[in-house]
Amino acid sequence: MQRIQTIIDKEWAEVFQNRIVIFTVSALPLLLTLLPLGILFATNQNPGSVSGDIADLPPAMVRQCGPIAVMDCFQIYLLNQFLPLFMMMPLFIPIAIAAYSVVGEKTTRSLEPLLATPITTIELLIGKGLAAVIPAVLATWASFLLFLAGLPLVRASSVALLTAFSPVWLAATFLIGPLISVLSVNFALIVSSRVSDPRVAEQISGALIVPLLALVFGQIAGVIVLNLQLLLAAALVLVVLDVALIYAGARLFQRETILTKWK
Amino acid sequence: MLEVEGLTKIFPGTARGSTITAVDNLSFSVEEGEVFGFLGPNGAGKTTTVRMLCALIAPTRGRATVNGFTVGRDDGGIRRSVGILTETPGMYDRLSAEKNLLIFARLYGVADPAGAVGRYLRMLGLWERRLDPAGSFSKGMRQKLAIARALLHEPRVLFLDEPTAGLDPEAARLVRDFIAELRAEGRTIFLTTHNLDEADRLCDRLAIFKTRLMTVDTPAALRQRLYGRQVVFHLSRIEPGWAEAVAALPFVKEARAVDARLLVRLDDPEADNPALVRRLVELGAEVRFVGELRHSLEDIYLQFIQNG
Repeated sequence: MQRIQTIIDKEWAEVFQNRIVIFTVSALPLLLTLLPLGILFATNQNPGSVSGDIADLPPAMVRQCGPIAVMDCFQIYLLNQFLPLFMMMPLFIPIAIAAYSVVGEKTTRSLEPLLATPITTIELLIGKGLAAVIPAVLATWASFLLFLAGLPLVRASSVALLTAFSPVWLAATFLIGPLISVLSVNFALIVSSRVSDPRVAEQISGALIVPLLALVFGQIAGVIVLNLQLLLAAALVLVVLDVALIYAGARLFQRETILTKWK
Repeated sequence: MLEVEGLTKIFPGTARGSTITAVDNLSFSVEEGEVFGFLGPNGAGKTTTVRMLCALIAPTRGRATVNGFTVGRDDGGIRRSVGILTETPGMYDRLSAEKNLLIFARLYGVADPAGAVGRYLRMLGLWERRLDPAGSFSKGMRQKLAIARALLHEPRVLFLDEPTAGLDPEAARLVRDFIAELRAEGRTIFLTTHNLDEADRLCDRLAIFKTRLMTVDTPAALRQRLYGRQVVFHLSRIEPGWAEAVAALPFVKEARAVDARLLVRLDDPEADNPALVRRLVELGAEVRFVGELRHSLEDIYLQFIQNG
């Protein structure tokens, strides 16, 4: 346990001196939190502009809203568009940390002395993984809390507030978020082992956003409506993917592989 | 302290199904407190050997024990009990020198990490710069920091891979002096180097290696084996026939004149030099100076490497 903690300390001491990582961990979540609050505020400031658009809401959304006021339904619809943002944060942040961590070790050739210590492969992998996952999850949760705190300030309706506290939102933030984080960190570790530039590693790992974009567009088009069943099914898939990627990462992080095959 | 028997490492080649033998059937042993030099050209398999002995990569065949631990069976024990200076220092450039060492002290489970770090930083003259990022250090300072890192857990066996490579003469000397201190402390040192003068001065025994082991012996024995012992007599003049007269002595293997010098090859100069001098004086020679002709380690090394 002490060795895992040492690796986490080391990773944080190193990567948090990198401006790109600092921006990704702090400014990006803040931006992704303030943006929906700003949109909600603007919408509430000008409610008349909404009434004409309600007919354009996807039928599934209208059905989900039931007999509530048009404005409330629109706010729920808007809120649901923002939900994927809280699943994107735990995806992007670990990619930045892991990419700079592993590629940095490769360029400075600091992995060999590290591997010569009594640390085990799994301890190293857990240490590096947690060093990327913990800030990502904490930043996401902090952003979510900030978002919740900001909702009354932008005069969100009580229905909208209830939606943000609904099991769907809580599951997306507190269950799906960490699982996405584990997935992205392991994917980024694997990609980083194959490239020699952290920016390339980030760009390739960023491909993970495609399913989330599909979710966003699916919601806008009314094809997908996020509900608890869908999220629990997604969680199950993510658990399977996480286990598979952890296994692949552990194989890739074998000492001999790192020293003889990583370029 | 180190027992190596038939150690072999074969890597997959770039072409499909091909293989590259990096280390072939290597056998030797190193005693406790010995400084063992491992010499060989680039690509000879020196680093692969060090990596196998430090339990970083697994041998394809063969057996090795390090400090009582068997490679492949007690890898954790090996890593705990050896220190390694890798070919490149591999420091965390953004972190301070102190932080770099503290990380490794904790990974090695040192009881008092701060104490050990402070002791080695002072010992290697880096204490005043302890808070500076390692990336701001000169090459020599980085190398000293890497040596400190290898010593934090007080290993009895040290693997030093090219410890003075790329250092300026002053920094190289500092590192060499420190290795000599470690030797005086009785630590076992496995030293790979290209610097033959360094190997000659520091090592008790030398192995010359190019994928397979060519020879292992003390520097003196290697010289004796290849060239025998040679004594050079500086004379005021040489007359024709003197070299032949000396060569006729029963203990002389070869004698030849070069300018005003007479080179004589024999087995035991300490015992036979007085008789040689007497014979030269009888011949009318004026002996100005007598010395032993010492072949450089470079001559020996090249002889082995070129002749296979």
